[in-house]
Amino acid sequence: MEANRLTAMANQIGLFFRARGDAAAVDGIEDHLRKFWDPRMRREIIAVLDTGGGGLDTNAREAVARLKNVPNRA
Amino acid sequence: MLMIERDLGTPAANGKVVNLTIDGRPVTAPDGASLMRAALEAGIEVPKLCATDTLGAFGSCRLCLVEIEGRNGTPASCTTPVAEGMVVTTQSERLGRLRHGVMELYLSDHAPDAIKGEVAEAASRAGVTHVRYADGNSHLDSEADCSNPYFTFNPASCIVCSRCVRACDEVQGTLALTIAGRGFGSHVVASEAQPFLESECVSCGACVQACPTDALIEKSLAALGPAESSTVTTCAYCGVGCTFRVEMKGDQVVRMVPWKDGKANAGHSCVKGRFAYGYASHRERILEPMIRERISDPWRVVSWDEAISHAAAEFRRIQAEHGRGAVGGISSSRCTNEETYLVQKLVRAAFGNNNIDTCARVCHSPTGYGLKATFGASAGTQDFASVDHADVVLVIGANPTDAHPVFASRMKRRLRAGAKLIVIDPRGIDLVRTPHIQAEHHLALRPGTNVAVLDALAHVIVTEGLVDEAFVRERCDWAAFQAWARFVALPVNSPETVAVISGVPAEDLRAAARLYGTGGNGAIYYGLGVTEHSQGATAVIALANLAMATGNLGRTGVGVNPLRGQNNVQGACDMGSFPHEMTGYRHVSGEAVRETFETLWGVHLDPEPGLRIPNMLDAAVDGSFKGLYVQGEDILQSDPNTHHVAAGLAAMECVVVQDLFLNETASYAHVFLPGCSFLEKDGTFTNAERRIQRVRKVMEPTNGLADWQVTQKLSQALGYPMDYDHPSQIMAEVAATTPSFAGVSYDRLDLLGSVQWPCNANAPEGTPVMHVAGFARGLGEFILTEYIATEEKTGPRFPLLLTTGRILSQYNVGAQTRRTDNVVWHQEDRLEIHPHDAQDRGITDGDWVRLASRAGETTLRALITERVAPGVVYTTFHHPLTQANVVTTEFSDWATDCPEYKVTAVQVSPSNGPTQWQEAAEAQNRLARRVQAVAAE
Repeated sequence: MEANRLTAMANQIGLFFRARGDAAAVDGIEDHLRKFWDPRMRREIIAVLDTGGGGLDTNAREAVARLKNVPNRA
Repeated sequence: MLMIERDLGTPAANGKVVNLTIDGRPVTAPDGASLMRAALEAGIEVPKLCATDTLGAFGSCRLCLVEIEGRNGTPASCTTPVAEGMVVTTQSERLGRLRHGVMELYLSDHAPDAIKGEVAEAASRAGVTHVRYADGNSHLDSEADCSNPYFTFNPASCIVCSRCVRACDEVQGTLALTIAGRGFGSHVVASEAQPFLESECVSCGACVQACPTDALIEKSLAALGPAESSTVTTCAYCGVGCTFRVEMKGDQVVRMVPWKDGKANAGHSCVKGRFAYGYASHRERILEPMIRERISDPWRVVSWDEAISHAAAEFRRIQAEHGRGAVGGISSSRCTNEETYLVQKLVRAAFGNNNIDTCARVCHSPTGYGLKATFGASAGTQDFASVDHADVVLVIGANPTDAHPVFASRMKRRLRAGAKLIVIDPRGIDLVRTPHIQAEHHLALRPGTNVAVLDALAHVIVTEGLVDEAFVRERCDWAAFQAWARFVALPVNSPETVAVISGVPAEDLRAAARLYGTGGNGAIYYGLGVTEHSQGATAVIALANLAMATGNLGRTGVGVNPLRGQNNVQGACDMGSFPHEMTGYRHVSGEAVRETFETLWGVHLDPEPGLRIPNMLDAAVDGSFKGLYVQGEDILQSDPNTHHVAAGLAAMECVVVQDLFLNETASYAHVFLPGCSFLEKDGTFTNAERRIQRVRKVMEPTNGLADWQVTQKLSQALGYPMDYDHPSQIMAEVAATTPSFAGVSYDRLDLLGSVQWPCNANAPEGTPVMHVAGFARGLGEFILTEYIATEEKTGPRFPLLLTTGRILSQYNVGAQTRRTDNVVWHQEDRLEIHPHDAQDRGITDGDWVRLASRAGETTLRALITERVAPGVVYTTFHHPLTQANVVTTEFSDWATDCPEYKVTAVQVSPSNGPTQWQEAAEAQNRLARRVQAVAAE
């Protein structure tokens, strides 16, 4: 899927959780991506990170990095 | 069998028991009941014409006169309340003489061939065989008003009993009818003596239903004659879920009459449910399966077996070539619970993935997310009757009089009785100012600023000490509340700051918050104006926060209530139609829930969430999603950014559409499976108040197969067995696997009429109000809701904000209502534009205008109105020629991907007519809908 769109979606999720503070926000983004994003979307946002993560906000970037380290929590 | 509902004359009462004697028989009745009601309930017939139990007593016809021991005269039994020890006589020589005289006068001004129904019955009871005043003046030469497409009004048959006028007032709340003139000149008029079609009449049918003569009569009944049989079923339009008695003559529908015992509608209806059923037999309905190799080919009619086996083979081929996840399905909120359950089962068990989604994605998916996160249950908290006890009604992002008219009538009754109203909406919806109703506050916010406004209301409630601390301490997570209270108290959330963002004056925000926080029972009702935003889920959470903070939950008269757009949005969501959830909103990652289904279904289930509709389309454009089974949904017309949807569909190798008509999506389909109308369905719908109701078949499927049977055949062809004999077995499977449905069965529904989930051992008769003893999730969860402005910005190129919605006479993409006489009220989508914006652009009312956004452009005609604020334009999306969604963008809710239909930056300019794209799309549809002629044998 289009990298820019996935990046925008991840950042948008991050904006919702922003008010909780950075640590909780990263937890929230990671949890949301795992619960609601199909694995191919997660793979592709990880690919965005792997190519430099351009456009990903800090918290979203950290959450995606966690996805990369543990691709499937279920 | 033809069912006839008994009319007990006046409404029921519920006071303490009173003992009296009627015609020598001891009778008991509740205090407050009329003598007429007490007599009729005791089986003692009392003649009547102006009385009916859906309306307050009026006492005009003078037929129901009785004698009461110890009292003078002959009072009307309909207006005389029961009293302890009363001794009443309903039949005597004197009463008979009076009734005979009254009836003679009625008949003296009544055409002999119009003496039918209640008039004929009353005449017979009075023993009138001859009228002494036949040569006097009469109204028999009055001209009938046939302007309404569904009913006629013939003053010659009218007895001026005022039942129609009172029905319009008390039941519908439109007050379009009145009695003009005096004495002999009294007559019923619509609005200012206008034809019904041109009047304020909303064609709900309440007056027709109330009329005791043939003066107001359905045209279909007049044409077809009395019905031979009837069946009680549930309407397939909006989420109110009205119960109707469908009257049949052979296989023809004579009429649909609202059912008094229907728990959702209590005998009321709207123009769609009451009259707009003609689409079911429309000539454009497709009744035979069809396939084609390419979407540029004409359709070829084939047998069911060929169509099903072709679809199955294509899906399996695609999976073999592109992977298990390359196919998916979309279920519909217009289909029954049983049908949607089977579609998701097919996807999960036969396709072997979780790529199942439903059209709730584009309407109320944020409701599911927000209410589950805060309360623990993805559903509204109340039953509709709860509004009768509300003191402050907060309507946000909803237009009930147009989209949920029968519930709106109930709400209006409560508002006329004194409840206060707050409306939060960019448009001046009808509720803001309607007969005998005036909103205390209309917060006409700028589109896209819901969350800012709701945070400002919360700011006032917290900083002015309006929190129900006892409720919050007992029922909610206190630490989460404190964090939320600190957040909303920040200056950035103050009304003064938010006024700049939203355009709503700070003092109005403060006053509305104070009213909601201190006005007694506060009840929130919301619609797609809340959910269809980039912060849709956030706004739902913000509403839940407000209700928790003020203790407006867990009892009658309060709550947070989503008004669902389609008839079975709630049910489709309940049935596991989301890609991340099984039935009952249980996440697919849960081992226990998967094990339940794996054991029953005999398959391994994917623990990962699947693709949502927008993701499917993105993946299709990207090349990883190739096949789609769509039941009862038209994503090309209803989903945002039509160009993108079309590109996604065009990129797929097998699109299977199951529908009544060759809809817009079918233009991109390779297999068409004809579907059933609601009249041919057997199953259940679940309405906006979680009420599960039976849908009963009134005729056999005209296409030969029920929709659930089609899905079952497709599953079998895919190699996954499904062997249901009846939809009740499907519901039994839902009950066996879903705790909140454990007590639901067809037997129970037939016994109780309906039940509201949760329905299980803890609540065997269902749950009208949720979270009474505690929240479903345990403690209520306050969640921070920071306002984040949408990325959809106005600017020099696109300086106006477009918001979209629906109108009373039409329904969603119009596939049904456009194929009925409802088109007389709405023949095309119009663009509402403020006079200032129109003048700036040289636009006059009715002009063709070009509506352009960065996503696309379309043309339609302008409607100049102050209903929208300067800077805001509005249109409906009922007509495929307009394709309003060509203009809407891909922006969506952060949590659920629900599209941001309600905010699109646009420009409006004069135009000569349809765009090239519109003409090309129409031409393409004509080509795509060709059906290959069958060769003669």
